[in-house]
Amino acid sequence: MKRTGAQIVWECLVREGVEVVFGYPGGANLPIYDAMLDYPIRHILPRHEQGAAHMADGYARVSGKVGVAMATSGPGATNLTTGIATAYMDSVPVVFITGQVASRFIGYDAFQETDVTGITLPITKHNYLVTNVRDLTRVIREAFYIARSGRPGPVLIDIAKDVQQATVEDWEYDETPIRLPGYRPDLRPLPEDLERAVAMINAARRPLILAGHGVLMSGAMAQLRQFAEMTRTPVAMTLLGIGCFPASHPLNLGMMGMHGEAWVNQAIQKADLLLAMGMRFDDRATGDLKRYASGARKIHFEIDRSEVNKNVRVDLALIGDLKETLDQLLPRLKPADHGDWLEEINEMKGDSAVRDIQNLPDYGHLYAAHVINDIWRYTNGEALVVSDVGQNQMWAAQYYRHDKPFTYITSGGLGTMGYALPAAIGAKVARPEAEVWVIAGDGGFQMTQAELATAAQERLKINVAIINNGFLGMVRQWQEFFYERRYAATPITSPDFVKLAEAHGLTGLRVTKRSEVEEAVRRARQTEGTVIIDFRVEQEDSVYPMVPAGAALDEMIRRPLRNVLIETAETDL
Amino acid sequence: MDATRLHTLVVLVEDKPGVLNRIASLFRRRAFNIESLTVGHTHQPGLSRMTITMYGDQVHIERVIANLYKLVNVIQVADLTDTPAVNRDLALVKVNAMAEKRSEIMQLVDVYRARIVDVTNESLIIEITGDEEKIDSLLEVLRPFGIIEMVRTGIVAMARGAAPNPSPNGYVPQQG
Repeated sequence: MKRTGAQIVWECLVREGVEVVFGYPGGANLPIYDAMLDYPIRHILPRHEQGAAHMADGYARVSGKVGVAMATSGPGATNLTTGIATAYMDSVPVVFITGQVASRFIGYDAFQETDVTGITLPITKHNYLVTNVRDLTRVIREAFYIARSGRPGPVLIDIAKDVQQATVEDWEYDETPIRLPGYRPDLRPLPEDLERAVAMINAARRPLILAGHGVLMSGAMAQLRQFAEMTRTPVAMTLLGIGCFPASHPLNLGMMGMHGEAWVNQAIQKADLLLAMGMRFDDRATGDLKRYASGARKIHFEIDRSEVNKNVRVDLALIGDLKETLDQLLPRLKPADHGDWLEEINEMKGDSAVRDIQNLPDYGHLYAAHVINDIWRYTNGEALVVSDVGQNQMWAAQYYRHDKPFTYITSGGLGTMGYALPAAIGAKVARPEAEVWVIAGDGGFQMTQAELATAAQERLKINVAIINNGFLGMVRQWQEFFYERRYAATPITSPDFVKLAEAHGLTGLRVTKRSEVEEAVRRARQTEGTVIIDFRVEQEDSVYPMVPAGAALDEMIRRPLRNVLIETAETDL
Repeated sequence: MDATRLHTLVVLVEDKPGVLNRIASLFRRRAFNIESLTVGHTHQPGLSRMTITMYGDQVHIERVIANLYKLVNVIQVADLTDTPAVNRDLALVKVNAMAEKRSEIMQLVDVYRARIVDVTNESLIIEITGDEEKIDSLLEVLRPFGIIEMVRTGIVAMARGAAPNPSPNGYVPQQG
């Protein structure tokens, strides 16, 4: 059949099962947009291409499908880059399709020309520049395959405008198997390595599972749970692993790392066997590498061979899909009890509970921890939470307890402020039935607040909790701890968020006391359309515990009991 | 502990636009230092072959290889460091050679089984092929005469024996 390059793009997207594209039109992708109207794919227009990238990313993380974002050449494409890098760092499958100037102009600094494949080379899993319409079908098929297979990641396709306009008289969809001789996403562990793993696991007395994003990406939640329950092995999660193991499970320890609970980090340091499943020993998860779990043997379950021995030298690596590897391993494991070890960890929990602000009365203050704890309580722990980056992200990770997978979305590796609102839009599009909550700071929210207009245009129901402390809070916290409270460039003013919501035809609420939280959450849930709640929280509250950069994992700054007591005394006067 | 030493990697890649850029970008981004890199065609259309030499311990080199394999266009990588292999570097050396020094230089060229490929009244160009040590050694003895300019191709390497190493894994070039 006769098809233009632009039509071929949509023909291929339909066959890949794409339901929605997040994109922004412009000069160099006009033919693609013109052809769009004839195809049954929903299009969502962001207010900035970065928003499109985060939307496609949020959509992919929640749906398990490949997200698709589009932009035009030049500034359209460069605006995507923060979102591409965000997806790359967190291994999220997204296909980015950018328009490029006509191939005869490439290299001549044409209007809105940028070397997009050059710019995105180090932040994509692979990328393509298409200058011949005959390559287009193959390239799009390869792009989707590469994006979703192996360790997933973003793939970019840059399509010259003349390719979009070119006509193929005899176009047919290519059904032949994809042939990428250099691409091996299907590695499996060696049988002898599995045997070694079985021996190490059965011999361990203080084992601990480090569960990461890979558990979710591989869909190995049931296998992880079976492993933990059968061998009575406690589970610590990375930030992106949250949701892969039920928070309410007795073997759940919680989040590890820089702002992980004290007992989690202490347990890691005391373990004799670490089972790292789909995690990459990020520096925020390990603290000082020289003093990281020095008494533990380490088994790395990892799909990407280049992650092995990158940060932490391991005793054994099991390369392959986690779910398949665990399926092979589980029948060979001996049930264990590890009662002494679990008891020891339980004792460590006691001290932390005293310092946990969640357990302290508010004395008239509005603490972020209380706000998030209350949102958790009044949403019955069932919300799909999308957090931004900074203090709000850590509090969300600490105080919203997730029992189900794919219910906590955040930019972990890149730490992209402004991620939450657009990613939440993508998540809501993927799961319209889900109750979606954004938890963002006043700083990060303002970076992409223009996407409120997108939520309004698409009539999406999202509840936005702004943890408003008048500071770029995490940086302020570092200034407090490490820069003698010199608050350089961290105080930030905000627009009236209630009026901002109203300006978009949405609803805005403001909360200044803890007693108002419950009512605000209830109203937000009952109100049609997106609701913003401006939570005016304590300005100089910090996230505890904290492992300072360069410190060992169990060298934490704890919430000072004295401060809590003094604040308490003052308020009582 | 493994010692840091010079490794020779042979990398088979698809001959597609930007592949050299992808390899170079990977080495730059991961802060892997290259000693030498050569690239050229193979006997199979669509397939290029790179020889990369670099210093590192075993763990480091394994990381480099794992990262190379992450590139979709990389077909196969072999570390020939501990494999019997032919390693060859080619150098062109332009050296000062006034009449009174010329026969002395030509004797040295003979000893090294090098060739003289250009002659003027004041200079010679010497072509030498061999492993790096042999070339380094010739350069050392030529230095007192005054080296005007020098260029080396960098190492190309091939494992000894009948089997290809790295093997192209039944690679068939793509149509179009």
